[in-house]
Amino acid sequence: MLDVMYFAWVRERIGEPRERVETRAATVNDLVEELRTREERYAVAFQDLSALRVALDQELADFDASLEGVREVAFFPPMTGG
Amino acid sequence: MTVRVQTEDFDLSAELADFAKGRTDVGARVSFTGVVRDVEGGLDRMEIEHYPGMTQKAIAAMVEQATLRWELADCLVIHRHGPLRPGDQIMMVATAAPHRVAAFESAEFLMDYLKSRAPFWKKEFGADGSCWVDAKDEDEDALSRWE
Repeated sequence: MLDVMYFAWVRERIGEPRERVETRAATVNDLVEELRTREERYAVAFQDLSALRVALDQELADFDASLEGVREVAFFPPMTGG
Repeated sequence: MTVRVQTEDFDLSAELADFAKGRTDVGARVSFTGVVRDVEGGLDRMEIEHYPGMTQKAIAAMVEQATLRWELADCLVIHRHGPLRPGDQIMMVATAAPHRVAAFESAEFLMDYLKSRAPFWKKEFGADGSCWVDAKDEDEDALSRWE
């Protein structure tokens, strides 16, 4: 089980800030593929991965990173702090 | 080294008066304050969303990097989230060092990283509706000079 979190417009497109996901995905890319096939709203949110960033257990990561041992995955657009 | 992530405003002059107070090894203090700007006119408010579990840690890691890179006596980062209006303070960075080059450079380093590596997202609300602020290529490019 993974805690999957969404922020900013990703959260708005998916329609919720977080959910528990039952998955055997080995990498972030695998998880994205799984989510995409679930429902249209996921396909829309994950249409262009170059517009997205991912954090694994609250650290920035790449989409080809392994999910082994990971508890929390967060998807969001490039950050606009400062 | 202090990092604060909060919805409340901060008193800039009180923060600066307190910062690195009494340190006799400090020859330079630099500070930067970010303010909500109405770029095109008609901005009513801005909402800043953040990732509560990650924000504090991500900023603390940037501060840690800065202390490895420059000789810093102290460092303060305050970043707000929630609703803000044009002219409101968004954030501040202050650095204290024996010499001014370290104070200036580390403040710029922290600003560059806060812009594109701290998990904050800005949404603007105006007469024409709302929209998320896009990250700028130049902000990403700014990081390359520190690599």
